Amino acid sequence: MIPELGNFSLILAFCLSVLLAIVPLVGATRDNALWISLARPLTAGVFVFLSVSLMILTYSFVADDFSVQYVAANSNTMLPLQYKITAVWGGHEGSFLFWTWMLGAWMLAVAIFSKAMPDAFVARVLAIMGMIATGYTLFMLATSNPFDRVLPLPPADGSDLNAALQDVAFIMHPPSLYMGYVGFSVVFAFAMAALLTGRLDAAWARWCRPWANLAWAILTLGLSLGSWWAYYELGWGGWWAWDPVENPPLVTWLLGAAMIHSLAATEKRGVFKSWTVLLAIMAFASSLLGTFITRSGLLTSVHAFATDPTRGVYILGFLGFIVGGSLLLYAIRAPVLKSEFGFGSLSREVFLLANNLILVVASAAILLGTLYPMVYQAISGGDLISVGPPYFNTIFVPLMGLLVVLMGVGLISRWKKTSGRYLVQQLGKVAIAAIALGVVIPVLLTMDIPLGTIGVTILGLWVVFAIGKDIALKTANKPTRGAGLKSLPVSYWGMQFAHFGFVLTMAGACLTSIYSIERSVLLQEGQSADLGRYTFTFEGISPVQGPNYIADEASMRVERDGDLLRYLYPQKRLYTASRTPTTQMGIDGRFLRDLFITLGDPRQDGAWSMTLYVKPFVRWIWIGTLFIAFGGILAVTDKRYRRYKTRQRAGQAPQGRTIELGSAPEASV
Amino acid sequence: MKPHRKKKLGIIIFITAGLSLAIGLSLYALSANIDLFFTPTQVAAGEVPAGQRIRVGGMVKEGSVAHNQSTLEVSFITTDYSHEVPVYYSGILPDLFREGQGIVAEGAISPEGVFVASRVLAKHDENYMSVEVKAAMDAAEAQRNAAPGVY
Repeated sequence: MIPELGNFSLILAFCLSVLLAIVPLVGATRDNALWISLARPLTAGVFVFLSVSLMILTYSFVADDFSVQYVAANSNTMLPLQYKITAVWGGHEGSFLFWTWMLGAWMLAVAIFSKAMPDAFVARVLAIMGMIATGYTLFMLATSNPFDRVLPLPPADGSDLNAALQDVAFIMHPPSLYMGYVGFSVVFAFAMAALLTGRLDAAWARWCRPWANLAWAILTLGLSLGSWWAYYELGWGGWWAWDPVENPPLVTWLLGAAMIHSLAATEKRGVFKSWTVLLAIMAFASSLLGTFITRSGLLTSVHAFATDPTRGVYILGFLGFIVGGSLLLYAIRAPVLKSEFGFGSLSREVFLLANNLILVVASAAILLGTLYPMVYQAISGGDLISVGPPYFNTIFVPLMGLLVVLMGVGLISRWKKTSGRYLVQQLGKVAIAAIALGVVIPVLLTMDIPLGTIGVTILGLWVVFAIGKDIALKTANKPTRGAGLKSLPVSYWGMQFAHFGFVLTMAGACLTSIYSIERSVLLQEGQSADLGRYTFTFEGISPVQGPNYIADEASMRVERDGDLLRYLYPQKRLYTASRTPTTQMGIDGRFLRDLFITLGDPRQDGAWSMTLYVKPFVRWIWIGTLFIAFGGILAVTDKRYRRYKTRQRAGQAPQGRTIELGSAPEASV
Repeated sequence: MKPHRKKKLGIIIFITAGLSLAIGLSLYALSANIDLFFTPTQVAAGEVPAGQRIRVGGMVKEGSVAHNQSTLEVSFITTDYSHEVPVYYSGILPDLFREGQGIVAEGAISPEGVFVASRVLAKHDENYMSVEVKAAMDAAEAQRNAAPGVY
C-alpha cells in the first residue's frame, strides 16, 4: 500500500509540473497577475510531492519491502542501515527520483530566494524549470518507475547493493554530483527567461551569478568525490580514467567554468551577452547528455546502469526537444540582446574570451573523444572502438597549460583597456621569479633536471605569484595592508581561492603522474618487497567478519629507509548476498604522498599477489578541488548580491555602470 | 562597416579559427589513439595485424584460468563459443574477473602469435555485460545460426 502512495505522489508531482510549465508562462505573457502568482505555490507543491515520493522509497528500503522491485534489486536485510538509505540512489530508478527531487529542491530555492526579481520574470524561470520537471517525472512514470512491484510473489530477500557502492564516499558523491548537475538547469531557466523577455542586463547577470557559482561549486565537489571514490574504492591506483561516464560531468564543469567567467564580463561590462546565454544552453544540454550516456547503456563504462533502449530513446527525445527548442529560441531572440563592444585588444575582456575559448575547446575535444566510438560504430556499420586516455591527455594537458599561463595575465589585466607596457611592468618580475624558482627548486630537490616537473612548478608559481601581485596591487592604496585586505570583497577572495585551487589540482595531477610508481608482487608470509624508499613486508593474513561480508585481511609492515612507518591492512572482501568480491585498499595518506596497497588473490602455497603504489602529491588534486568549491561558495555569499536587492527594493536600482569593488580599478593612465 | 561590427567579426573569426584548429588537432590525436575491438572469431581468422593495440572481448572459458604459482603470470581462454583466443597477462586480475564472465582484454598479438594483454577489464556490475562483449557474443551466435552444420 505504502509504495502505491509513493507512486501516487509522483503522479501528482507530474501533474503539478505540467501546470507549472504552462500557467505562469501564459500568465507572464498575458500579464495576468493571478496566474503569475501561482508559480511559487505550484513549485512548492512539486517539491512537496517529490519529497513524499522520495521519503516513501527510502522507507521501503529501511523496512526491507522487497515487493518493490527496485528495493529487491538494490538492498538486502543484512545491509547496514546507512547503506540501505544510500541504496535509494544506488540504481537507475531511485537515482533518477533523487535527481528529480534535487531539481525540485533547486526550484524551491529559486522560488524562495528570488524576492528581489520581478514576479513575471520569476514566473518564467519557474515555468521553464517546470517543463524540465515534467520531462523528468514523465520519464520515471513511463520507463523507470521506482515503485514497480514484484507481485504476487515478492522475493524473501533482496539481491544486495552493488558492493562497490557500499562506501562512505558513495554516500556523498551522487548527491553532490546531482545537485551540481541539476543546478545548471537554474541558469538555463534564467537564460531562457532572458531570451523570452529580451531582458539581459547587468541586473539579470547579477541574479544569475550566485546560482551559476553555487551549481558549479557543488558540481566541483561531486566530481572530486567521484574521483576520490574511484581512487580508494575501485583499487586500480588511478583517480581519473577518462571513462565515458566521467567525461560528461567534466564537460559540464568546463562549460560551467566558461559560463561563470563570461557571466562576470556580462555583469561588469555588458559584453558577451548572447555568448553567456549560449553557454548556459550548452552546459545544461551537456548535463542532459551525461544523463543520456549513463542511463542509455550505449557506452561501455563502469558507471553504466543496466541497459534499456526505451530509456535511451526517451532521454534522447527530451534532449532533442530541449536543445532544439532552446536553440530555436536563441536564434530568434539572441539578436535582441545587444552587447557592448567597448574593449581594446588587450583587456580583461579579451583574456576572459580566451579563457572561454580554451574551456569550450577542451570540452568539445572531450565530448568528441567520448562520443566518437558511438559515431564510429554507426558509420562503419558496427565496428567497435574505444578511445584511450592518451587521446584525452594529448588534448587536455596542453590546453590546461595554456589556460594557466593566461590565468596569470588575465588576473592582472584590467577591464576595457590595458596597455602592454602595464602588463610587462606588473608581470615581468612575477614571470622572472616563477621561472627562476621553478627551475631551482626541482633541480635542488631531485639533483637532476626533471623537465616536466620544472614546467609544472613554473606554471604553478606563475599563478600563485600573480595572485599575490594582484592582491598587493588592490591593497596598495589603502593606509595599511590589513585595512587593504579587509576592504577586498568576499567574491574577490572566492575567485582567488578558486584560481589557487585549480592550479593546485593541476599541479597535483601532473606531479602524481610523473612520480607515481607501482609494483605488482607475489609475497609469501614474511617476505618483503621494496618500492622507492619504502619496504613492504607481508606479515600474514587473517579472516575478518563484516556485517554483510567476509574478508581476508593482510597485515603489511611498511618501513621507510629501514625505519618502521606503520602497518597497513588491505582486505579482500566477499559480499555474501551478491557473492561479489571487492578490494579494500590499505592507504597511508600524507600531504606529500600516498602509500597504497591492493590485495590480489592467493596461490595454493599461501602466497598472495598484491600491488604496491607510491603516489606522491596525489592528495593535492582533491585539496585543490576543495579550494575551488570553497571559492565558488564564498563568492555566492558576497553581500554585493544582497545589497543590490535591498537597494532595488527601495526603488533605487542603480543606473549605468558604477565601479564594482570586485573589479580592477580603471587604469589611471 | 561600423567599428563594433568589425570587432564582432574579428572575434568571430578568432573563435572560428581557434575552434577549427582545435577540432583538426583533436581528430588527428583521435586517429592515433583509438583501439579497435575484435571478437575471438575475428582474431582466430587472423584479421588482426601483429603488434597493433587492440581490444578483445568475450567470455572467460570455464576451467581455463591458469595461474603460475611462483610469478604473477596468468593465462586464460576468452571465447565467443565459436572460437577461442588464449590470453596471457602478467599482473593482478580485477575483482570481478571470474570464469564464465565477460571480460575485455587490451593488448596486442605478439610476434609469436599469442595475445598478450596489458590490461584486463571486468565490469563492476556483474549483471551488466559490456556492449563490446555482447556484440561479440551476438555476432558469433548469428554466425553459428547461419551455418548450422558447424556444431
